[in-house]
Amino acid sequence: MSTSFLLICLFGLGGFSYFFGRRRIGALTRAARVKQHSRDVYHGSFVALCAVGVPLIVLLAWAGLSPLLLDAMLEDFLRRQSPDLSLGEMGVAMAKVKAYFSGALPEAFTGELIRSGSAYFAELRSASNQARSVAITLLALGGLAFGLSKLAPRFTARPAVERVFNAAMMMASAIAILTTIGIVLSLIFETLRFFDKVPVMDFLFGLSWSPQIAMRADQIGGAGAFGAIPLFAGTMMITFIAMLVAVPIGLMSAIYLSEYANPRLRGIAKPGIEILAGVPTVVYGFFAALMVAPFLRDSGADIGLALSSESALAAGLVMGIMIIPFISSLSDDVINAVPQTLRDGAAALGATQSETIRQVVLPAALPGIVSAILLAISRAIGETMIVVMAAGVAANLTANPFESVTTVTVQIVMLLVGDQEFDSAKTLAAFALGLVLFLITLMLNVVALYVVNRFREQYD
Amino acid sequence: MTDKIDIRSANPLAAQAYQARLKKRYRAERRFRAYGLAAIMTAGMILLFLLNAIIFASLPAFSHHYMRLDVEISTDYVSAQTPQEGNYLGLVRAALREQFPDVTARRDKRALYKILSLGAADGLQKRVMAAPDLVGTRVSLDVPLSDDIDLMLKGLIDRSLPQSDRIVSDRDLVWVDKLLAEDRITRKFAFALFTNGDSREPEMAGIRGALVGSLWTLLVTLIVSFPLGVLAAIYLEEVAPKNRATALIEVNINNLAAVPSIVYGLLGLAVFINFFHLPRSAPLVGGLVLALMTLPRIIIPTRAAFAAIPPSIREAALGVGASRTQVIMHHVLPLAMPGILTGTIIGLAQAAGETAPLLMIGMMAFIVDVPGDVTAKATVLPAQIYMWANNPERAFVARTSAGIVVLLTLLLVVNAAAIYFRRRFEKRW
Amino acid sequence: MTNIENPKVKIKARNMTVHYGDAQALHGIDLDLNANEVTALIGPSGCGKSTFLRCINRMNDVIDGCRVGGSLSIDEQDVYDAAVDVVELRARVGMVFQKPNPFPKSIYDNVAYGPRIHGMAQDRASLDALVERSLKRAGLWQEVKDRLSASGTSLSGGQQQRLCIARAIAVNPDIVLMDEPCSALDPIATAVIEELMEELRRDYTIVIVTHSMQQAARISQRTAYFHLGDLVEHGQTETIFTTPQHQQTEAYISGKIG
Repeated sequence: MSTSFLLICLFGLGGFSYFFGRRRIGALTRAARVKQHSRDVYHGSFVALCAVGVPLIVLLAWAGLSPLLLDAMLEDFLRRQSPDLSLGEMGVAMAKVKAYFSGALPEAFTGELIRSGSAYFAELRSASNQARSVAITLLALGGLAFGLSKLAPRFTARPAVERVFNAAMMMASAIAILTTIGIVLSLIFETLRFFDKVPVMDFLFGLSWSPQIAMRADQIGGAGAFGAIPLFAGTMMITFIAMLVAVPIGLMSAIYLSEYANPRLRGIAKPGIEILAGVPTVVYGFFAALMVAPFLRDSGADIGLALSSESALAAGLVMGIMIIPFISSLSDDVINAVPQTLRDGAAALGATQSETIRQVVLPAALPGIVSAILLAISRAIGETMIVVMAAGVAANLTANPFESVTTVTVQIVMLLVGDQEFDSAKTLAAFALGLVLFLITLMLNVVALYVVNRFREQYD
Repeated sequence: MTDKIDIRSANPLAAQAYQARLKKRYRAERRFRAYGLAAIMTAGMILLFLLNAIIFASLPAFSHHYMRLDVEISTDYVSAQTPQEGNYLGLVRAALREQFPDVTARRDKRALYKILSLGAADGLQKRVMAAPDLVGTRVSLDVPLSDDIDLMLKGLIDRSLPQSDRIVSDRDLVWVDKLLAEDRITRKFAFALFTNGDSREPEMAGIRGALVGSLWTLLVTLIVSFPLGVLAAIYLEEVAPKNRATALIEVNINNLAAVPSIVYGLLGLAVFINFFHLPRSAPLVGGLVLALMTLPRIIIPTRAAFAAIPPSIREAALGVGASRTQVIMHHVLPLAMPGILTGTIIGLAQAAGETAPLLMIGMMAFIVDVPGDVTAKATVLPAQIYMWANNPERAFVARTSAGIVVLLTLLLVVNAAAIYFRRRFEKRW
Repeated sequence: MTNIENPKVKIKARNMTVHYGDAQALHGIDLDLNANEVTALIGPSGCGKSTFLRCINRMNDVIDGCRVGGSLSIDEQDVYDAAVDVVELRARVGMVFQKPNPFPKSIYDNVAYGPRIHGMAQDRASLDALVERSLKRAGLWQEVKDRLSASGTSLSGGQQQRLCIARAIAVNPDIVLMDEPCSALDPIATAVIEELMEELRRDYTIVIVTHSMQQAARISQRTAYFHLGDLVEHGQTETIFTTPQHQQTEAYISGKIG
């Protein structure tokens, strides 16, 4: 039985158990002539939970764990069949077996080993599926019987159901923590393995980045170089250009919209900015790579400037455009949070509106604005698609915005897209870069939060 | 009143200085206002320019040029018994040769075939397979021209350039002009864009596979993140004691919302694919990764929706003897539902436009077939756009833009629905 | 200095009307306010007294959809004349608000803000002197002279309100408007500010909106009673409180309506 069929059966059983439980408790209560402890709904839910809960968990666990087990057994089988496979060859053989099994690989590309492996794998799969079907059926029927046996007018079904509900809520909240732990652990493990191959200092302070591992040992630069400084520098340059665009435009738009604009302009501009915020980054990337970059290159050529067609300028400009709505909406919130009495106070002293804004409103909103800018920087550093599409791949260490530079996120994508061996320094380097990215953005977010909490004036 | 420093003193010099200063201040005021207006205008122009440029670039992709061919469905190429094995391209090419009897040399013939799309025979194959009794008859049908000829006919390749500077050769021009003169060329709406999967040939590439892939992925995301997000929000806002642990979870959720999406991709690669051995490029893994990413973006607005409900409602329900679960299920949850749904829709719309984490788990495979379930190899619309954007062929620029137009339209509709929903059902206390 | 029997009219309002959108807040107010007097505007909530106050320095301009009609002149100069510059006007008419609203700047910068924007001090020394004089006049100097660089928001409520008064008089206005300046303060701070007003009356024309009739009786020379956007009665404070001419006024003063 397939997973989806089992799921449908379980949901069907759940519905049936619910209504059956409700009817049964009604009958029991009428017969016993005592006051029922919990309402029918809870008795029905209790029976349904008993019937479906455990099988559902088992089904999920099976889905998560059985591929692990099957792969291990398949590997073991292949190893017994031909003991002299290297680690890399084993990986290829495993992939081929699965491809052949699923019909994606034509018979012409297979050998005896692959065919026998595939037959073995098919056997394993069907055994696993059968065992699963039996286990789920037994658990579901057993659960249903247990639930029904518990039903009685004085049975405390409501607290029982509420306990399950509470546990589910706590688990859901724990997912957030688990995600963070998962991110940190997966990044740290791979990073540590990376530092086994490449020294930490070489990575953090090295000036040369060329992660291509040579096919032949005697090739030039065969070892690959993993000095990340050019990446950090490129990221900072593009982020800086983006901020040069986004901060003035975003901040001034927010100021104009909240302090000057009439309701009509606000009614047009605010949704417009929301649209800008909702545009997927891949669209900005396309815009940068196919429209802005050629335009800049051609206009640069017209005035005698040599612009790379993957210049940091193009990527930075478009990233700035992407950040505008982010800065604008965050600043709008903090500017609106400045109490009107402060504006009145300044106006009553004879300050012009711009003096009021520059000398009273903005200083009062400063912590919020600083925090918005920090969050925007964090956003820009972690942004991927625009730079993947519009910035360069080669790691140049340059301060010239007309040249092509590369960034941390571009390199993560380059290192991981396409065929990869999981243990090479090249692949692991992506995780080390990911860890750096995670730590920097985390730090920026924490500082942004701190700035707001520490320096905010308390208005009531 | 002798100690007063009067800014409007009788001293004409001081009064003059004050007036001059006032003028200067008003100039500063006007300047500042102008900066603000300029900022808004710049943002607006950029938005208009962006939308305009992309829509304009996408227009050629919505139509394609076809030529009418009379094809003799000869039994040399196709048999009525096994129509799936027929050589349909051969049929179409034979019909094309009929049009140009003077082209005889092998090399010339091969050049002639290139004015047709490689998918020129697909329509014929479908027709014959649906009705095998067509074999042996003569049918007239429109077959798509190649992308280069199509671009030339749309005026996107300048035919006045010297031959060396354009993809279309002089000989191609002669052939096409002959077809034009015979009125055999028509321009039609490019249904292939919506009904086909991906292809290396721009005129045959469509977004259907990517759209279905996006749907599967988002389905997984929705099923996982919506219940988890709502449950977590209920717990944190309504049930959990306000202590250090919940404060930690709260800070943690806010931070997760700001973690770069590519990091979620790394998480998915390390955990789902390398640890749990789930299939690469599958909507299942993509959906799980996006679900983790979307979770904080659902929890935060959901909590806000709960927090906006006045405590008096809860007290009133508790006061008539409802249990805490009943208070939540009967009162808090229904009242917060508009806010929850709006937050979920906006979170999903963001997930639908996300590309970077999906690249990490391989959801950018070249996939011609439409994925049938959540474990099949698939791609999503933004990833399809990314792949097309990387394609050097010129006709793919329009294809990419058309993909973007579809994506933006879908997102716009969804977001507008969310905003409408919020306006319509939002209660103010 | 003019005496109370023979006052000089400073502010003259004729047929003042104010609309907020479709709602009319003032129905044709005619009122003369005298120089170097404290005039108290009293009346129940929503009677238009604050609206009238904000007409004097055109603070209503800030509010969207607010229209002002009629005329209001200060020293025979129409405030709503097109030639009048609001910035200049507000430098002549200071205002203190209901809730203390010091800027999130130092005490010194709060007081120096007005003189700075109007270019009233040529150098640092004269600015220092101006700040010191203003703080002294507001009765705050002794309390803050050692911490002028501390934030204005770090002061207590009463101190904050006196800082706002110092800030208002630092630009040396003719008129000081006070919109329920003591409503957010405790009785002791209120007493300090009431004393200050009596002191300031020598140099300034003071118009105060208050909810407290006792306060109006204690500090003002003249009182105007507003009701639902109309000026019901106006005269010497003593007269208003002892022998009101109108039923409504009497009802309000005796606490029958509030």
